[in-house]
Formats: sequence, structure tokens, C-alpha cells
Amino acid sequence: MANIQEIVAAKFPEVEITQGETVEFTVPDAKWHDLATMLRHELGFDNLTALIGMDWGELLGVVYYLTNTQTYEVIRVKVTTADRVKPFIHSITDLYKVAGIYEREVYDFYGIKFIGNPDMRRLFLRNDWVGYPFRKDYDANPEINPVRLDHEEVEDTTVSYEEENGKIVKKEHVIFRPEEFVVNIGPQHPATHGVLRLRTAVEGETVTKIDLYLGYIHRGIEKLCESVTYPQTLHYTDRLDYLSAMINRHGLCLCIEKAMGLEIPRRAQVIRVMMDELMRISSHLFAIGTFCMDLGATTMLFYPLRERETILDILERTTGARMTFNYNCIGGVIADLHPDFQSDVKKLLEIMPGAIKEYNKIFTGNVIANNRMCGVGVLTEDAAKDYNCTGPVGRAAGWAYDVRKAHPYGIYNELDFNAVVRTGGDSMDRFKARIAEMEESCKILAQLVDNIPDGDYCAKVPKIIKLPAGHWFQQVEAARGAFGVYIESDGGQQPLRVKFNSPGFCLAGALDHLVSGQKIADLITIGGSLDYVVPDIDR
Amino acid sequence: MEVTTKSMPYGDWKDNEYIESLINELKANGTNVIVGKFDQLINWGRSNSIWPLTFATSCCGIEFIALGAARYDMARFGWEVARSSPRQADFMMVAGTIVHRMAPVVRRLYDQLAEPKYVIATGGCAISGGPFRNSYHVVKGVGEVIPVDVYCPGCPPRPEAMIYAIMQLSRKMKVEKFFGGVNRKESRKEFLRQHPIAENK
Amino acid sequence: MQDLSFITSWIDNLLAQTLGLPGWLTVTVECVLVGLVLLLAYALLALFYIYFERKVCAAFQCRLGPNRVGPFGLLQSFADMFKMLIKEIIPLNNIDKFLFGLAPFLVIVASMLAFAVLPWGKGLQVIDFNIGIFFLLATSSIGVLGILLAGWSSNNKFTLIGALRSGAQMVSYEISISLCVITMVCFAGTMSVTGIVEAQADGRWFILTGHVPAIIAFLVYIVAGTAETNRGPFDLPEAESELTAGYHTEYSGMHFGFFYLAEYLNLFIIGGVAALLFFGGWQPLYIPGWDGFNDIMANWIPSPVWFLAKAVIITFVMIWFKWTFPRLRIDQLLSFEWKYLMPVCLVNLVLMVIVITTNFHF
Repeated sequence: MANIQEIVAAKFPEVEITQGETVEFTVPDAKWHDLATMLRHELGFDNLTALIGMDWGELLGVVYYLTNTQTYEVIRVKVTTADRVKPFIHSITDLYKVAGIYEREVYDFYGIKFIGNPDMRRLFLRNDWVGYPFRKDYDANPEINPVRLDHEEVEDTTVSYEEENGKIVKKEHVIFRPEEFVVNIGPQHPATHGVLRLRTAVEGETVTKIDLYLGYIHRGIEKLCESVTYPQTLHYTDRLDYLSAMINRHGLCLCIEKAMGLEIPRRAQVIRVMMDELMRISSHLFAIGTFCMDLGATTMLFYPLRERETILDILERTTGARMTFNYNCIGGVIADLHPDFQSDVKKLLEIMPGAIKEYNKIFTGNVIANNRMCGVGVLTEDAAKDYNCTGPVGRAAGWAYDVRKAHPYGIYNELDFNAVVRTGGDSMDRFKARIAEMEESCKILAQLVDNIPDGDYCAKVPKIIKLPAGHWFQQVEAARGAFGVYIESDGGQQPLRVKFNSPGFCLAGALDHLVSGQKIADLITIGGSLDYVVPDIDR
Repeated sequence: MEVTTKSMPYGDWKDNEYIESLINELKANGTNVIVGKFDQLINWGRSNSIWPLTFATSCCGIEFIALGAARYDMARFGWEVARSSPRQADFMMVAGTIVHRMAPVVRRLYDQLAEPKYVIATGGCAISGGPFRNSYHVVKGVGEVIPVDVYCPGCPPRPEAMIYAIMQLSRKMKVEKFFGGVNRKESRKEFLRQHPIAENK
Repeated sequence: MQDLSFITSWIDNLLAQTLGLPGWLTVTVECVLVGLVLLLAYALLALFYIYFERKVCAAFQCRLGPNRVGPFGLLQSFADMFKMLIKEIIPLNNIDKFLFGLAPFLVIVASMLAFAVLPWGKGLQVIDFNIGIFFLLATSSIGVLGILLAGWSSNNKFTLIGALRSGAQMVSYEISISLCVITMVCFAGTMSVTGIVEAQADGRWFILTGHVPAIIAFLVYIVAGTAETNRGPFDLPEAESELTAGYHTEYSGMHFGFFYLAEYLNLFIIGGVAALLFFGGWQPLYIPGWDGFNDIMANWIPSPVWFLAKAVIITFVMIWFKWTFPRLRIDQLLSFEWKYLMPVCLVNLVLMVIVITTNFHF
């Protein structure tokens, strides 16, 4: 670590270096792009893990988390601007592809414009939305932004801001030329897994370009979190990526506990890991089911759902709910396990191998399925890092990044399991990676089911929870990839900023890269194989 | 008149008084025998063939898929013919949060449904905004955008609750009068005057 | 085998002699009667197929399927029909109104015409053309025109893509179907539907007597037939997950109902023609030597039952396809036809000719 600090300090004397949870560089905007170039190309920080817009009251700014994919070192970079009327920060889209969509998000919420980002439109909100909602001085009066029933205008052009001779110039770009045949897929469309909207230019059956529209289920969860106390923030995570509800909530709890310095009883840790793995299996079952349905094999949807119901039964017995469990809490879990939990899990572990065999028999070996999936939507390892595609998608592309292995949390470092890594990176690999991950999860469950220690299921927690001033970043391995939680606190009962760094967001960002040049039917295949959950993207 | 469905005693239903008041209101002017018989036949068909529009925004949509799957199997009631095109569907299960950006889309989908059409607001979010009610970008209940026939509370509602909601809708269909009532009464001209269509681009 | 033409001749006698109607009136009344019967059979069969498919699909998916409306849910499709009849037909702006209205009728008329020439049973045939099978092929291909019109006139990009896919697909697969039919016509030596059935009397079903070329033709025919009816795994024109509802996205009410009915009826027609060409039409099961058995089969089970049963079994297999396989992609679909099926058909035709000329068949 000292090494990086020395190198950066030698080359950029104006950079402030502080050591917190990670090394933090605070860099003036003018030098930021040069620093980023060095970090990317010379120091090996080739993955932009998170890009978080911030409003500290007077200063606006952006916090970057960069990861070195060889050593899994993480560093934090802070860039600020004091200009609240016309805030500008240099873009790093040319270095990290995923920054393009992240920066649009920050522009949408904070109004910070990025110099050099080729596409500076709103991402989540309507293009006629007034104000930037995540700023602390945002006027939430419903009369300014009422529920509009008129349709927003379709934009075929976008703007960018470029620096020319020290001046910032606004430039217009064309997205779709008038002669292009643009098909609007979504927001209500059976294959978008929710309310994603894709404006797709096609030539015959071939997709030439995709323009992504998000925000059709943008609920402003992060902003809501700023107005409630820490224990109250928890229930929002269940509704983010509802298919890995437990895991998301685990991530937020871990982050708050890390900030509080709370020690979690071992029983609670084991329960959490078991719940996470059950959740992961159920999520992957659902993912492969809907994926097959997208390919036209409706029957294959129903077989995994059958096993999913078994898992939901287990979860329901303990938590009382089928989807939004509200089970993890700060300090442990909210209630003890159901007495039948262990025997139920054992039963599940008995049926799972047979079930997986059945799926392979029905679908994986099918000639048509193979033709539809093999070689479709190939994501290379470098592209996976560039677009920050984590989880089964990234691992299917050969990027062996599993948060459970790279930054172990809970009791994962004591467990024996493999991060499933494949090399092809096409849709078939993603499908197979999910099936293999279910087997790995079963392995973890089998190790734990007889070894649940006795003891408390929740630590003693103060009635009023206050975090010290500071910031924390915690990643967990959700079913769709690395789910990051960023909390910044000013010492009060409510967070100053909560950011959920969702895996689906980056997957959606990679869609254009994956689909361009393929057929319309492949768009559906690729969308299904990425398995994004739209509320997870939109938050 | 006790309106119920197969294997469900009348006393087990909730909101019977609503259905009764609906019946009284409709019967107030008496019914022609032939028209009444036709109505019964048509309503028998309508109430037994309720095709949903595949429309889901979030968590409740997953429970809706679970409703179609083997354990809950809505096909038993004949509801499994989920149409992707609103023009061919009978009702819209608004499953999930409706946000500002989605509101005009929901409205358009509702307008595109062919009469007679119904709406079920499923889950806390669609009913009132639910846990996200205080957000700057969430519509406080889909009722602000489109008329709702049945509210199905829960977060998300269990599939059983959804079955109950659709059965309630089916009951409502049974007592309505098709001939002179359900179908859109105003003329096309009048409708277009009220809902001006933007020039096609 | 009982000749059911006694019913028709009885009606003819009743009208012409007992009631003493003039010749032209008799023919008119008979035409109307036949039309009514056909329409009724058409509607009932379509409703049956809707129910059948839903039940079969439920069985494949570990579900129960419709079971609340009527006994075993038998009345489910009737309820659907009543509902569909009264659904609003939405008038649209900015469409080609004439073509938009014409399209569903073209589709349903095409399938109805093809339906009319199927040989239902001994003596139960509307018209006994000497080119019956040719007529069947010709009329069934009008349907694609309706689909193309529907997609084009809706002024919607999804329907347009769906319709063009459908056009490419149906025109391609029509070739395979025709070649298969020609193969079998060569073997039968007649294009008359009745002639083909008569030639398969006494258990001499073509699939048995024609051995290898007939079996190849049958397999190709079933595959191409599935594609021709736009059913899975070839259901690209209405690929739910890609194009919402494909070419009929914009249709509502009974207009959509026509497409819906025609889809199932086309399924039946493909099954019926397969039964006619390969499995002896209405000819009963015949096992040489088992006279008692053959007697029961031929005299106790009426011929329409045989025909229907054969057609339903073949369509069951096609429904099985649909609920098992994922969908093909358009380029795979077309290359499958042009690179594999059509050459196979051509070679098979030559093979059949060789078999016939060398008399190497049973």
C-alpha cells in the first residue's frame, strides 16, 4: 500500500492522501484525469467498483472506488467541486467503460456534468424533471414535479461537454439518425424482466444500437434512506433486488455493524450465511427458469420454480414471509430459526442434485438451446472488468472475482467452496455457471447444516443507533454479483448518504456492448442470461 | 342474490356488502327477462375467462409468476392465458410500485386495454405508495392514474391473496350488466375530445 | 365399413323428392346446410383444441390446467369464446383500415377452405375433387397473406417484424410441405383425397407400404407443418418474449379471436393431412388374419372417429413439441429449411420415384 501512496505522492504532489478504511486520495478536478490514467494503466487498478455522487452541503463531488483485479486492493478517490450552479468534473469514461452509465446517474441526481462523457442525458428521471433530487437543497414540493400523464419527448440527440482551449463547450450528438428503424422495447415488455426500456435500432433482424432508458421503477430508495434512522433503512434492501433480498440486507447490516464496531454472535453469522446461500439457490433457480422462458421453453420455467417453492417454504417457516423477509437486523438476525430448519434443509439438499440433473436433461443438452446460447453475447474477461460485470456473468467470462473469496465476510473464509469460473463468456457459460453455483451453494449448506452453534442469535445493540462520522464501503456477493453498500455518516442518527452499488446496474450498462451486431432474438437471450432485476438497477 | 364461485361459501367472502349494494343499484330499474338471461350467459363467460396482461414492475410480479406456477396454478381458473398485448387482455394486475416516469405508460396501457377492462392494484406500493410513499419519484397509489376495481394488500401479497383478489373481480363481473352498462357509453368522438391524441410522429 | 353417404343422400332425397324442390334450390339448401355443419365443426374443434392444449401443457408443466368451469374444466373454452365475442374491437388511428379488417378474415377463410376438403369419413366429403390435395395446399397458403397484411396494416413495428418473419418462414416451409405431399401423391398415383384414402384400405397405410421414403416424408412433413402453423419451436412470428404478440399485437376482440381460432384449426389441418397421407385417413386399424378384430374396428367404430383420433394424436405430438423445445432464431430457422429440409425432400422424392418404378414397396 505504501508503495502506491509514494508513487502517487511523487507524481502528484497536490493529492491529499489519507488512510482510512482504505487509502484515500483527494484530488483536484484538474489533475483527476491524469491520476486516473496512471492508476489504470501503471498501477493496475483496472476495475471501477463504484462511483458515488456526494453532496456535503457546500461541496459537490464524486467518490470513486477502484479495484486492482490482480491483488484485490481497493482504493478510494475523492474529487470535489465547490461550484453548485455549474459543477463540472472530468469524466473517466475513456478509461473505464462502466463510468459512462455511472456518471449519467450522478448527473441525474446531483447535476454534476462530466467533461468528456459522450452522453450527458438524464438516466432515471424524465427529461423534463426540474431539479436534482439528491442534492441537500432539493425542493421536494410535489407541485414542482407533479405526476405527469403526458409522455416525455423522445430524444434522438444527446449532448456532451468537451474541453477546448481551456473552455467548456457543449456539443450535440445524434443517437439515432432519422432513417434508422428504431424499435421501442419496453417498458412493458415480456422479456425485459420488469420495466426496462430499450430503444433498439435494427437493420432487418440485426440490432445495430441500443439506447438504454432506466428509471421506470426508480423509487429513490437511497434518498429515502437519508431521512430515516439506520434500523429503518434495512427494509428497503429487501425490495431492491427482491430475488436476493437476504443477501442485500446482509450487506447493509455488515456495513452498519462495521461502522459501529459490533461483534456478531457466531450463531447469527452461520444463520446469515445459510440464509444467503438458500437465497442464492432460489434466485438462480428463478433466473434459469425465466431465461429458458425467454428462449421460448415455457415448460422449463416451471421445473425450477417447483424447487424454488421448497426453498421459500424453508425461509417462510423461519421468517414468515415468502419474498421480503426482514430477517437480518443490526447485530444478528431478528428471530431464531424454526425447529425444523435443519431437517428441511437436509431434505432440500437431497432433492437438489436430482433436480439439477433434470434441468440439464430437459434443457442444457437440447440442440436448439445450444444453438441459441453458444457464442451469443460473448463477454471477454477484460470487458467484464471494464464494465464491472461481477457475479456469475463476470465469472463466466473468466474474471475470478467472488467477494466471498476476495474480501471474505461472515464465516466464508472458513468454508470449503469454489468460485465457479468459466472461460467462454457466452450465454451458455452464464447459464452453466449459475447451475454450478447452485451446486456450490449446496456444498456450503451441507457443511453448515449440522454445525449451527448454540448461542445468541442477536448481539446486544443500543436502542438508538448512531454511527460515528466517517464512511464505510462493504461488498457482499449477491446472486447477481457484487452488491456494494456505501454509508457516509455525519455522526447523527440518520445517514448522510447511502449508496447501493447494485450489480444489475453495471450489467445493464454492458447491454449495448453485448448486443450490437447480434439478432433481435439474441437481445432477449443476452438479457435473460445477464439476469438483471430492474428494481435493483433503478433503486 | 348470493354471488359466489365454485367451492366458496358466500359467508366466507369479505366485502359482501359492496357486491350487494352493486346488485341493488343495478336492479333498481328492473331488468328485461331476455336481456337478463343474455346478461347471465355473457357474464358467466366473462367471469370465467379473465385474461391478465403481463405487466409487472417489481416484487409483486414475481409472486404473480409464482401464481402461474405449479403450486398455485391459476390455470385452474382459466386465468393463465396471459396476453402480452394489452388489446387482448381483460384486466391489468398492477403489480409493483408505480413511479412518475411509469405513470403515463400505465395510463397508456390502461387506455389500450379493450373494454370491458378491470384493474387490480396489487401490493402496498400500487395501493398507496407503500414503503416508498415519501419518495420524490413514487406515485401515491395507482388510483391516481387509473381507476381501480380491486385492491389486494400485502408486500407482496401471497399468491393465495392474489387468487382471492381475482375471484373478487370475477364476482364483480358476475353481477354487472353487460347490455347497457359495462361497455363504453360515450361515442368515439366524445372520447377523442376528452383524450386528445397527440399527432403521430 | 359403413358408408355414411346414406345421410347425405337421405337429405338429398328428402329435399328433392319428398319436398319436391327444384334442382337449384336443393343445391342451395344443401350448400347452406353443409356450410353450417362445417362452421359448427370448425368452431367446436377449435374450442376443443384450445382446451386440449391447455390441459396438455398443464400436464407437461406439473400443473392441473383448467378444472373449475364445468366438469374437468371442459367449458373453459366456451367461457373464453363468450368473453371474446363481446370484447371491444378497438378502432385504431393511422392504420390501413380496409386491410386491417380484411386480414383476420383472410386467415380464417384460408383455414376454413382447407378444412372443408378434409375427408371426414367414408362418404363424408364436401366435394370430391380430383385435385383435392392440390386445392388443400393452395388454399392453406392464403393464410400467409392474411398474416402479412395484418402485420403491415397495423402500423406497428413489432407486428411488421412479426409478419415479415412469418412471411419468410411460411413461404420457405411451404416448399417442404409441398414436396412431401408430392412424394406421397406419386406413391398414391392420384391427387384425389378420396382416392388416396381408398388406396390405403385394409391396413395398407402409406407409412407402412411406402417404408423408408414415406417415413422420411412424414418426419419432414411434421416438422415443416409445425413451422407452417407458426407453433413452437417455430413460433417466431408471435414470439411472446421478443415481439409481445407478434403480428396480431394490435388486434382485439373477435378479430384476435379469429387468429386464435385459425391457429388451432391450422394445427388440426396439418394433423388431418398427415393422417390422410400417411395413416390411411378414416381407414380403420387392420391386422391381417385377425378377422374378428378387423370386423369390430371397421364396423363398430364409425369412420369419422378414426380420422379424428388419428389427427388428434398427431397434433398431440405437435403440442408436445411446442411445450418442450425452446424457440429457434430466424437465421437458424431459415437455414434449417433451405440447407437441410428441402434437399432432404428432393432426395426423398427421387428415392420414392425409384421405389415406385422398381416396385420395391409392399
